[in-house]
Amino acid sequence: MSTPDTPLNPLDADAVGRALDDALAAVAAAGDLDALKSARLAHTGERSPLALANRAIGGLAPADKAVAGKALGQARGRLNAAIAAREEVLAAERDARVLVEEAVDVTLPSDRTPRGARHPLELLQERIADVFVAMGWEIAEGPEVEAEWFNFDALNFGPDHPARQMQDTFYVAAPEGEPDPHLVLRTHTSPVQARSLLERGVPLYVACPGRVFRTDELDATHTPVFHQVEGIAVDEGLTMAHLKGTLDHFARAMFGPDARTRLRPSFFPFTEPSAEMDLWFPQKKGGPGWIEWGGCGMVNPNVLRAAGVDPEVYSGFAFGMGIERTLMLRHEIADMHDMVEGDVRFSTQFRAVI
Amino acid sequence: MPRIPLTWLAEHVELPEGLSAEQLAADLVRVGLEEEAVHPAAVSGPLVVGRVVERVPEPQKNGKTINWCQVDVGDHNGTAEDGTRTPRGIVCGAHNFDVGDHVVVALPGTVLPGPFAIASRKTYGHVSDGMICSSRELGLGDDHDGIIVLSEIGVEAAPGTDARALLGLGEEVLEINVTPDRGYCFAMRGVAREYAHSTGAAFTDRGLPRAGADEGLATTGGFAVELRDEAPIHGVAGADRFVARVVRGVAASTPSPSWMQQRLTQAGMRPISLAVDVTNYVMLDLGQPLHAYDLATLDGPIVVRRARAGERLTTLDGVDRALDPEDLLITDGPDAGRVLGLAGVMGGAETEVSESTTDLLIEAAHFDPVSIARTARRHKLPSEASKRFERGVDPQLPRVAAARVVELLVEHGGGTADPVLTDVDLTTPPPVLSLPVDLPARLIGLDLDVAAVSRYLREIGCTVGEVVGAGADAVVSVTVPTWRPDLTEPVDLVEEVARLHGYDAIPSVVPRSPVGLGLTVAQRRRRRVAQVLADAGWVETLSYPFVGAAQLDALALPADDERRRMVRLANPLSEERPSMRASLLVTLLDTARRNVARGTADLAVFEVGAVTLPRPGAVAAPVPPVAQRPSDDVLDAVRAAVPHQPRYVAGVLTGLREPAGWWGPGRPADHTDAIDAVRLLAETLGVELAVAADAERAPWHPGRCARFTTADGTLVGHAGELHPNVVAALGLPARASAFEVDLDVLLTAAPRTEVVAREVSTFPVAKEDVALVVPADVPVADVLDAVRTGAAASAAGDVLESARLFDVYTGEQVGDGQRSLAFALRLRAADRTLTADETAAVRAAVVAEAERRFGATLRA
Repeated sequence: MSTPDTPLNPLDADAVGRALDDALAAVAAAGDLDALKSARLAHTGERSPLALANRAIGGLAPADKAVAGKALGQARGRLNAAIAAREEVLAAERDARVLVEEAVDVTLPSDRTPRGARHPLELLQERIADVFVAMGWEIAEGPEVEAEWFNFDALNFGPDHPARQMQDTFYVAAPEGEPDPHLVLRTHTSPVQARSLLERGVPLYVACPGRVFRTDELDATHTPVFHQVEGIAVDEGLTMAHLKGTLDHFARAMFGPDARTRLRPSFFPFTEPSAEMDLWFPQKKGGPGWIEWGGCGMVNPNVLRAAGVDPEVYSGFAFGMGIERTLMLRHEIADMHDMVEGDVRFSTQFRAVI
Repeated sequence: MPRIPLTWLAEHVELPEGLSAEQLAADLVRVGLEEEAVHPAAVSGPLVVGRVVERVPEPQKNGKTINWCQVDVGDHNGTAEDGTRTPRGIVCGAHNFDVGDHVVVALPGTVLPGPFAIASRKTYGHVSDGMICSSRELGLGDDHDGIIVLSEIGVEAAPGTDARALLGLGEEVLEINVTPDRGYCFAMRGVAREYAHSTGAAFTDRGLPRAGADEGLATTGGFAVELRDEAPIHGVAGADRFVARVVRGVAASTPSPSWMQQRLTQAGMRPISLAVDVTNYVMLDLGQPLHAYDLATLDGPIVVRRARAGERLTTLDGVDRALDPEDLLITDGPDAGRVLGLAGVMGGAETEVSESTTDLLIEAAHFDPVSIARTARRHKLPSEASKRFERGVDPQLPRVAAARVVELLVEHGGGTADPVLTDVDLTTPPPVLSLPVDLPARLIGLDLDVAAVSRYLREIGCTVGEVVGAGADAVVSVTVPTWRPDLTEPVDLVEEVARLHGYDAIPSVVPRSPVGLGLTVAQRRRRRVAQVLADAGWVETLSYPFVGAAQLDALALPADDERRRMVRLANPLSEERPSMRASLLVTLLDTARRNVARGTADLAVFEVGAVTLPRPGAVAAPVPPVAQRPSDDVLDAVRAAVPHQPRYVAGVLTGLREPAGWWGPGRPADHTDAIDAVRLLAETLGVELAVAADAERAPWHPGRCARFTTADGTLVGHAGELHPNVVAALGLPARASAFEVDLDVLLTAAPRTEVVAREVSTFPVAKEDVALVVPADVPVADVLDAVRTGAAASAAGDVLESARLFDVYTGEQVGDGQRSLAFALRLRAADRTLTADETAAVRAAVVAEAERRFGATLRA
């Protein structure tokens, strides 16, 4: 780029043409936006040949002004268009290059914030509650340290009932010099049956997930502290068929659409007829088969009477099953220890929705 | 639980050929008898009868003489090259047999108890092709003096016969689980009946009074027995039936026949002597517990009475026991002063059958289940007899059972029975129940007409009368069988009908419940609390609620701390942890320790769980009777006796709260994380908490503990860094922090009304920073309160959108004992753009309020 000693004659079409060619060549040669900027300043700036020639038009004869103006206008127009086009190309090139240069390793760890987790036994209890709520039932709760009357007598376990001895009960000690407080750690969630009947009346459809206690030492299949879910429905016209239907529905909710249950005769003081409930378990070790899942039956009239409900008018069913057992079956948990020891490595396996 | 040998069961009910224990279990579970276990056969493989055809004694160098025998084992004989069948050559060390005797041969492939596998083996210069067996080798007894000679035990069979079947050694034994209402299934008689119910097989009830069994006996002049219960429990006599029979000249202490020994062994009882074995055998067979006394040691009459103060008894197990006045006893002697045994539980050592016993008195009685259960429990003596009596025994069984015992004793022990019977019978007839005809259908959900119901009830032994009344009022009277004391109410009959019809026939129908409202507000809020903590990076764990003093000592709780007042268990699993936690943090810290010990040093764990707080002055809970609604007062008293059990939430943090990584070092957890967790919970529940320093709350650091209260001053809980001594005592990483709050208090304080939404202003925000210099001991919470109060009172009106502390400075520029707190204020009006004058006014009002309260100055 050179600045001529004398301004370009605006009427010298060849000279104008050469200046334009120089300018276009410089624009085309610009390799980046900075070079383009220099080329633009050199060929369109105040001291550039075309600008100087343009300024010189003012000194021309009026007849020449139009000719020169037109020629220079066209030349500057072409140049500006070329600069704009080149700028667009170079800008696009630059953008593409920068985005490539800014690329990072997206596989870098990103866990700067700590991740928490719920305990699966709690999540499962919530899921169970949701299943019953979806059926229109309510969720009831009761105390873990419970009156003997609610845990046993209200459920038709008299003081000498042999079943009362089978429950491996934790009893609350009498404070120094005081009488037996008649309190136990509830051995099942069934006292909530009696509490719900007394407090809510009939018709009653409630489920109660909760923690219960038996004097078993912790081993692979036993724990002194575990969870059950209790269900009780008392209404006019309820039968064992409704019990079966509820259990089948619950089994499907827990174990998928192919799950089903089987009832077989058993004994519980608070139900009559009573049944053990087996679950059809295709994943059973050694081949598909039935496994024990819980106990159930029609609410014993004595339980209804203890809550002031007339067994001539109302009937009902109740059932209960272990939540640990359900969790173990669903998730192939072999040993009770992991569920009760509070190791975070157990809970964190259950971050996905269960 | 009872064990059922199939061949024994077959004496009561017809069993199909080749029935397996597994199939029997499947048949029984349908009617409610659950499989406990299947005990495998004692012997497997070719155990056969052999006839000794040749016996050549061969003295050995070691001084022993062995017999080289040729034994004909029928179809199991070898085949010679010319095709003729040849006996097997067997080496035998015993000498109590001779040519022609039939013996038991274990051929190669047999597995004897041990397990001990039999194979051909070279010994004493011969190939012994099997083994001739003794009783002990077959697990039939301890007799190892010689091999079994079948004729000596009264067995005749041809060579080659399967000896397993002959001796009952090939039999699997089913052990079943009997529920407490089915006492009659503690015997072959009852199980056979149930098998018949399940399969329809032909059942013979051997427990019914038999013609000829004890007919023609004199009913007076027998051994004198008196039932003298002066303190019946619940008005029920301790004993209402006592049958006694006398047999004289019996070889009472000889072994019982091998078949009986074998059955007792299969049933899990140890054979002892003829007298004992026969009583046990008849008990297992029919269900009647029995006792045999050495007649010579008795000093009649026998009196059944309650124990007297101070009486003692040494029971058959050799334990000397102090008796309780409620214990029912069998006694004799002057003034019934000698105790012979605990009735229905265990006999005494003094009148036990011994080597010299020849005359026996057989007791077959019926006792009150409650009385027996209490005695068995009191003395921790769950005997075979008490197991049956406490579940209920057929009161019509004693005479049948005693007659059977006498029969067996005479048959196998010689002797003669006295032609006289003692039968003190105070039993009452079984109840007659009035069963509404529609009740079975109404409860089972199946169409069951009166004919079907009656058929099922007759099948279980009921007598069913005519239908009385019509329609919904129609009832039928049902007399229950004497062996079913559990059938006391019409619903009990419904279960019988249901199980005989088959539970599998019950259809599956989901009931239509009334529409519900879903979870309660409190239930939804509790879920949110747990979820919000998990979302904030805390991991939920669960812990047992059992604690002991050592754990509280480790937390340095003062002696009078309310968390030391705990509900104590009478029978804890561990004496080190006998109480129910009054603080959730105590057991959660155990969880934290376990995780740290297992290598998880960066920890944020939380638990939501109940604590148990004794009620001061609580009185014992009443225990009103079953089957009736207690009065409201009594119910209130029951509820009031139950300790307060609020739900708490607690959390423990150790190590890094945010992990180290390629981005740089992590951030250590500190007291603010614990405090913020409580704030997070409060925000989640919409509760405004007041926070203040608390220098006196163990186990926290006295300078780093926040105390939270609700607007009305109720304590919510604490959060902060744990006391360094506690951290050291627990072996946790330094600076471990924790929080514990009463979730029930938070839930109670949560608003009961819905959130009222404020309009979102679209006018521009004005930002003002204010740095206030205040004395260093003024808590930020107080200064922030002054900022808010001041802003609200400004001439611009309450336009403070938020105030956030962004810098704390102490040092030269603000002087000793002072600190500078810098707040970023965001101001915005709902209805206009704020002017510069207005924002200046807010700023001035904030400074003025802080100055008024704390002498604050604006930082230069």
